Amino acid sequence: MKNEGEASEQPDNTAFTQQQLPAWQPILSAGIVIPGFLIIGLAFLGIGIGLFLTSQTIQVLEMDYTGVEKDSPCFQCTIQSVQNCTCEVTFSLSALFTGPVFFYYGLSNYFQNFRKYGVSKDYYQLTGDTQYFKSPRDVCFPYSHDSKNNPIVPCGAIANSMFNDTFELYQIINGTKKKVPLDGKGISWWTDFNIKYRNPSSVNGSFASAFDGTVKPINWPKAAYELDLTDPNNNGFLNQDFLVWMRRAALPQFRKLYRRITEGDYAGGLPAGNYSLTVHYNYPVLSFDGRKKLVFSNVSWMGGKNDFLGIAYLVVGSLCVVMSVVMLIVYAKFKFSDDDDA
Amino acid sequence: MWLKVRYLGFDPPHQSDTRTVYIANKFPQHGHYIPQRFADNRIISSKYTIWNFIPKNLFEQFRRIANFYFLIIFLVQLMIDTPTSPITSGLPLFFVITVTAIKQGYEDWLRHKADNEVNGAPVFVVRSGSLVQTRSKNIRVGDIVRVAKDETFPADLVLLSSDRAEGTCHITTTSLDGETNLKTHYSVPETAVSQSVSRLESLQAVVECQQPEADLYRFVGRITVTQQGEEIVRPLGPENLLLRGARLKNTKEIFGVAVYTGMESKMALNYKCKSQKRSAVEKSMNTFLIIYLGILLFEAILSTILKYAWQAENKWDEPFYNQKTDQERNSSQILKFISDFLAFLVLYNFIIPISLYVTVEMQKFLGSFFIGWDLDLYHEESDQKAQVNTSDLNEELGQVEYVFTDKTGTLTENEMQFRECSINGIKYQEINGKLIPEGMTEDSPDGAVPCLVRFSSAGEDSVYKSKCVYTFQNKEEELFLKAVSLCHTVQISYDQVDGPGDPFSHANGFSPQMEYYASSPDEKALVEATKRMGVTFIGSHGEIMEIKTFGKAEKYKLLHVLEFDADRRRMSVILQKPSGEKVLFTKGAESAVLPYSTSGEIDKTRVHVDEFALKGLRTLVVACRHFSADEYQEVDRRLHEARTALQQREERLVEVFNFIEKDLELLGATGVEDKLQDKVQETIESLRLAGIKVWVLTGDKHETAVSVSLSCGHFHRTMNILELVKQKSDSECAEQLRRLARRYNTSSHFTQHGLVVDGASLSLALREHEKLFMEVCKNCSAVLCCRMAPLQKAKVVRLLKTSPEKPITLAIGDGANDVSMIQEAHVGIGIMGKEGRQAVRNSDYAIARFKFLAKLLLVHGHFYYIRIATLVQYFFYKNVCFITPQFLYQFFCLFSQQVSTLYDSVYLTLYNICFTSLPILVYSLFEQLVHPHVLQSKPALYRDISKNSLLSFKTFLYWTFLGFCHAFIFFFGSYTLMGEDTTLMGNGQMFGNWTFGTLVFTVMVITVTLKLALETHFWTWMNHFVTWGSIAFYFIFSLFYGGIIWPFLHTQDMYFIFVQLLSSGSAWFAIFIIVITCLFPDVIKKVFYRHLQPTSTQKSQFIEAYQGIGCVDSMCCFSEGQNACSRLGRLVERMMGRCDPARATRSWSDSDTFFSNDRSILTLSPMEVSHC
Repeated sequence: MKNEGEASEQPDNTAFTQQQLPAWQPILSAGIVIPGFLIIGLAFLGIGIGLFLTSQTIQVLEMDYTGVEKDSPCFQCTIQSVQNCTCEVTFSLSALFTGPVFFYYGLSNYFQNFRKYGVSKDYYQLTGDTQYFKSPRDVCFPYSHDSKNNPIVPCGAIANSMFNDTFELYQIINGTKKKVPLDGKGISWWTDFNIKYRNPSSVNGSFASAFDGTVKPINWPKAAYELDLTDPNNNGFLNQDFLVWMRRAALPQFRKLYRRITEGDYAGGLPAGNYSLTVHYNYPVLSFDGRKKLVFSNVSWMGGKNDFLGIAYLVVGSLCVVMSVVMLIVYAKFKFSDDDDA
Repeated sequence: MWLKVRYLGFDPPHQSDTRTVYIANKFPQHGHYIPQRFADNRIISSKYTIWNFIPKNLFEQFRRIANFYFLIIFLVQLMIDTPTSPITSGLPLFFVITVTAIKQGYEDWLRHKADNEVNGAPVFVVRSGSLVQTRSKNIRVGDIVRVAKDETFPADLVLLSSDRAEGTCHITTTSLDGETNLKTHYSVPETAVSQSVSRLESLQAVVECQQPEADLYRFVGRITVTQQGEEIVRPLGPENLLLRGARLKNTKEIFGVAVYTGMESKMALNYKCKSQKRSAVEKSMNTFLIIYLGILLFEAILSTILKYAWQAENKWDEPFYNQKTDQERNSSQILKFISDFLAFLVLYNFIIPISLYVTVEMQKFLGSFFIGWDLDLYHEESDQKAQVNTSDLNEELGQVEYVFTDKTGTLTENEMQFRECSINGIKYQEINGKLIPEGMTEDSPDGAVPCLVRFSSAGEDSVYKSKCVYTFQNKEEELFLKAVSLCHTVQISYDQVDGPGDPFSHANGFSPQMEYYASSPDEKALVEATKRMGVTFIGSHGEIMEIKTFGKAEKYKLLHVLEFDADRRRMSVILQKPSGEKVLFTKGAESAVLPYSTSGEIDKTRVHVDEFALKGLRTLVVACRHFSADEYQEVDRRLHEARTALQQREERLVEVFNFIEKDLELLGATGVEDKLQDKVQETIESLRLAGIKVWVLTGDKHETAVSVSLSCGHFHRTMNILELVKQKSDSECAEQLRRLARRYNTSSHFTQHGLVVDGASLSLALREHEKLFMEVCKNCSAVLCCRMAPLQKAKVVRLLKTSPEKPITLAIGDGANDVSMIQEAHVGIGIMGKEGRQAVRNSDYAIARFKFLAKLLLVHGHFYYIRIATLVQYFFYKNVCFITPQFLYQFFCLFSQQVSTLYDSVYLTLYNICFTSLPILVYSLFEQLVHPHVLQSKPALYRDISKNSLLSFKTFLYWTFLGFCHAFIFFFGSYTLMGEDTTLMGNGQMFGNWTFGTLVFTVMVITVTLKLALETHFWTWMNHFVTWGSIAFYFIFSLFYGGIIWPFLHTQDMYFIFVQLLSSGSAWFAIFIIVITCLFPDVIKKVFYRHLQPTSTQKSQFIEAYQGIGCVDSMCCFSEGQNACSRLGRLVERMMGRCDPARATRSWSDSDTFFSNDRSILTLSPMEVSHC
């Protein structure tokens, strides 16, 4: 079109420069949308029914053990002066609670999502960096040093407020208590346990010496290296309960996984019968109007019992179908007068 | 009085109304003279210097609301403890400021370069007795400057002398006022003799003149020459002043003294200082920003108040697990309140999209390339493509309501061409340099000497083997041609010949470089035409005019010139024929000549003149009168008396002229065409259909302007023309305006009106009766302003601009006289014409021809507007979506002590920069709602977007509302999913707060991207790439970001969050349903609107889809694209079940012409006309 050698101002004649790139130009017209909505709607209805039914198969057992009412078993533990209080909650199952059963504790009105609370931890301490044992980061303040100015390990508000009620579950068979084994492994995220959190390496063969020169968090009864006296590998920052607690909840009402019931006679679930739960009641919640709960639940591939998804799919699906019908009627009635310009 | 003052040496530099210029800076020796201070001769168009660039540029940038706002936010973040780090707002701000500063610095550097070129141009100045070469910027007031032929004047000079004895010179002021003719300027006799440097050296003279003013045609001063101890005072007027920017012609060299220099020269004063133009879109953007600022403040205040409401109870304020420090407990309430408020402000600040400005600037900068690249805006003959000088105004091209156009060189080619004439009642046409009577062709078979006159020099004879007989067929024709070639004031310039300016030296050689210069282009065209036909005007020297008739020279003695004036509308010359006979030739408008004619074919000529005019030709009638000796004596005496009269000279002259110009013998009429540019008429017509009012502003004469206006379709024959011309007083003008207003009120509504105003009347009308004038203007579909000075043009533009409706104006012109108007209008467009580059340099866009305006506005303007409007709305939408969940989240963490954030700060920073930036940028570069050809063939589509409709408050509210709705759905969707407190994973483990935030964020990124996909109508591969790519990028980035323990981060909050989220089946289902729920109502709304209330743009889309134009026309149309299109088209047809294929084909053929290879501006399809 132009001479090669000649320096011409003529712009290039390409689809790009002429804004004529090949393009798909979809138009959202009734012709596409009506059948589209119908198909999507029907698909959603199908999915919704599936999800809803799945959710219905899941069993949940929930008990409040805060002890607000006078006749509740843990009422006596709510009195401030009582130390090392224990109370017993009983329940009975009329049918098999299919396993594996997951055992949660729940707190409400508890704001783990406060920003100041949320940042109040020292990540370097938690990776076992002993340098930070001596001087915790400022974000931990006011939970970084005790009154004698000793550094706290693990520092910060989250660690300090760790949930410390403990539970033991018994099946009552003919009046005798049979302990239901609770599995404390695998309740925290795999990455938290294996990668993110690290214990300090032992000094002179003693794990506790690594914590020399530091003090335990103020609210803790025991130091970090003594969290689980039964299992030396479940101590320090790799204690499963600690890891679970450190993963802060998003909303003021939350559950955290306490144990799984996967072993022995109960691997297939909790058989029908009476059960007793011994609660070592330590954690105060009434000061901020909080509640404590115990939850037994089994799970499907989609997690715990959650009707929301199924209902949402059913609603949106039926809306799609309804709208496509409405559009069809409107179309039939008004003939979509868009052809009057030609 | 001031003379005396000067001699006392008391002349305060700036207070005085006059300036005193000592020629060659010879200050008075005696007395204590205080020199006045004048500006130097530098022209400065740049805005910055190296030293002030950083502070000035920063100052200007922070005057932008958004930039200032982000600066404040950044400072707040530095000062108080906030939930997000200062980097999250500091980094983008720094980026934005730097990019803008680099762009502006580069632009200013270009201006500096241009200035340096002008200021550094070599000039010759007389200094200490010799001619010294120096730079233009070094010229001082009082310097004597030498200018050689064809050079431009470097400053405003008072002419001292030229190489001609009489001290005259010729100049053209083309680049100043657009007039192409030669103008003669004079020097005073006392200085005219100083033709050499040595004589100038001895010249003792002082010029006193007024202080600089912008009016090009006004100059008042006097020169005092001291000769032999005697002071001679001479008045100086505009005819003595040589303006900077004008060009010396036809004169070897001149000497002049600089009186106004640099920024004080009249040319510079006529440039309005550059003020940054802001587009309407930017203005609405600022309004929206303020509204969002309001939303932001509201949210922050509400949050702060709610926080204190909660904190009233201690158990919420300070639970045991989250105790305050002593410092927090003890700090003052007010301080806490303020710092809480600021913290909330910082948390929500992202609702004001900082990247909006970067994206808009990038979009404008990159998008503007398409104008330069457009082949349809490329002019092949001159090898010029469209040029973009400011990309800030792209979208304004889609908003134009008024177009102000210059005439000469813009609408016309600035080339007059002789077309037809009527001689003695017979009509002739000029074909290939021959006059051929109407009805005969050039090669008449009978060969009966059809071409009567044809000149050929001996050399050319053999070339043109013409059958013509080289004699005049009759006396009348000879007389007519001679009359035309003699009755004028044309000057001759011999280009490329450096001999002394004596034209007669070429009389025999007959130089082909001979060029005519005339005060009216018509005269030039006529003289050139007679030259082609064999009667050549060779030149005039003193009183002798010489013509050559078929090689035979004839000398006429010029006795008198009866100059043209606008009232008489004719001019005459009285000549003495070689035979001694005295004859008068008159030429003028038919209304000014025919009534005074007594013989000749008056009726036939009148008919012919009307025919010429109907063809759009500019007509002149030629007549003559022979004087007897007695008659002439009387004429001569009376003329002399009138000319020398001291009182009422004007009136007496008119009287004498009327006495002379009567009893005329009609010779014939001429028809000259001012060649219109290609497709001007179609362009004006499509602009009009697009709802744009076209005003023609010209410096030209009233008649000329009207005739061009008619021929270019600006005025129609059927239009009722209202005239507001030659008003002399205020009251008269007002009266006329009222009369006009009555006229259009009484006429029927279907009559279109055109208004003609001249400069003088306009300034009267604007002074007192602005409202009335505007009223009249608005009722006229076409307005023509003639005799306009450059600044007046700008004033008219400003008047319209500032009228209550605040319409968007566009000015288009080619000459330096259009510069102020170009700068004043919202959008200034320069035509790359013959008159220098000044207009182009000062314009926002430059195109080669007027016809390109149609595509520039209708297609590019439309595209840019749609693109940027959607861009702006979408940006606000996506930021509402982004920040509202943050706000909602505060309700679930009790507006905690310190504010809680839902998203990770990396996501917070990258949301606008990475995850959602590219799709909208690509959209805003490539979106086309309708095919360009459709836009151009249906100018009415332009009305769909007029008045900033896509950025109206309603649409803005819709988008904002949509943003809030979507945000609610994201947040509460995620909340209900997680808030039920159950595990979402198959292994029973629980999610934390970061997972919740990430879920909201993921849903948001997908929804916001898909929302844009819904808006996109033009899916190129790039749109696909960035849309799906953005979502993919978000996933990949999140996997990567969450997959690594980042050594430099203090927390690893996000570690493996995203993978855990995706490992949950419920999360997938939730993401899916939330996204669909968000988009579902939007789709329904779109479908219903499209079908029940389609805009004309949407209708055109339908037609387009049926026809598959997009594919057919596309130059490189992939076969699969075509298939897709036709498949889609078929699908639509089938679904609608009513697309009659025959009809589709018919409408296809209707518009067929526009889709052919000839990329022409359409003729309008009849349906379109009926629509408007």
